[in-house]
Amino acid sequence: MFDLTGKTALVTGATGGIGGAIAQALHSQGATVAISGTRREVLDGFAAKLGERVHVLPCNLSSKDDVEALVPAAEAAMGQVDILIANAGITRDNLFVQLRDEDWDDVIAVNLTATFRLARAATKLMMRKRFGRIIAITSIVGVTGNPGQGNYTASKAGIIGLIKTLGAEYAKRGVTANCIAPGFIKTPMTDALNDKQRETILAKVPAARLGTPEDIAAAAVYLASNEAAYVTGQTIHVNGGMAMI
Amino acid sequence: MSEIGERVKKIVVEHLGVEPEKVVDSASFIDDLGADSLDTVELVMAFEEEFGCEIPDDAAETILTVGDATKFLEKNAKS
Repeated sequence: MFDLTGKTALVTGATGGIGGAIAQALHSQGATVAISGTRREVLDGFAAKLGERVHVLPCNLSSKDDVEALVPAAEAAMGQVDILIANAGITRDNLFVQLRDEDWDDVIAVNLTATFRLARAATKLMMRKRFGRIIAITSIVGVTGNPGQGNYTASKAGIIGLIKTLGAEYAKRGVTANCIAPGFIKTPMTDALNDKQRETILAKVPAARLGTPEDIAAAAVYLASNEAAYVTGQTIHVNGGMAMI
Repeated sequence: MSEIGERVKKIVVEHLGVEPEKVVDSASFIDDLGADSLDTVELVMAFEEEFGCEIPDDAAETILTVGDATKFLEKNAKS
């Protein structure tokens, strides 16, 4: 089950904890992967580790031109894009009344607008082939809200709505669109929290541990597979029971 | 029927899975051939690919029948 041999996947944010684990998991299931991120040397190192069936496509998702060039570059490198993992995301946290316009704009541009543009370009390719898997990484806080993250939560909730529409429009063409909503996962993004914040959050997690990037990658492998053909428009919550939705 | 007309007809038959005899110049993609709005977008993409030309959105909106498509492509086809 979940064999991805012959499939091609574009993964954004592949230099991050979750994106890296997803790219690795898809690759080990047999997929050819195009890994994207802003840091070329980290991508090159990662590609060397993966070995064959890997392409490096640096991209700055806050640049419209970069974003619009990414799916065509992935298609040129791999011949097709069967799976899009829209994973890249940034945070610019601040209390709501202190959120600056540029913090709002930057987060919406990278997390939501870039996801829209990538999904639009990828869906065009996928609908022709009558096969496609759009998988967007959203967040538990896009559903629950979170103090200090008005911009981030809005971008992540926006992704959930976008994915539902995509799922509805392209289901007949064999293209599914789903979200994965991680809870509290051990990554550089969550390492930035202090011990007190960490303790408070862990007290709310029934599984009593942080999630790992591999926990998220397993959900991505499932959604990318042929076996998940009947799952679309959904958000899979991978959060140790932190919120049961 | 012109050579371009024949190629248009072939694409329509393939994409919409309709009987070839129904694909006449006056046939409306939506009203006569059962296409939905997404099918018409796909048809336009298929025409662009087959004929090597770009069909801008405002032109695509005026292509409602098989004959409309043939007429547009006879003027604009590059391949």
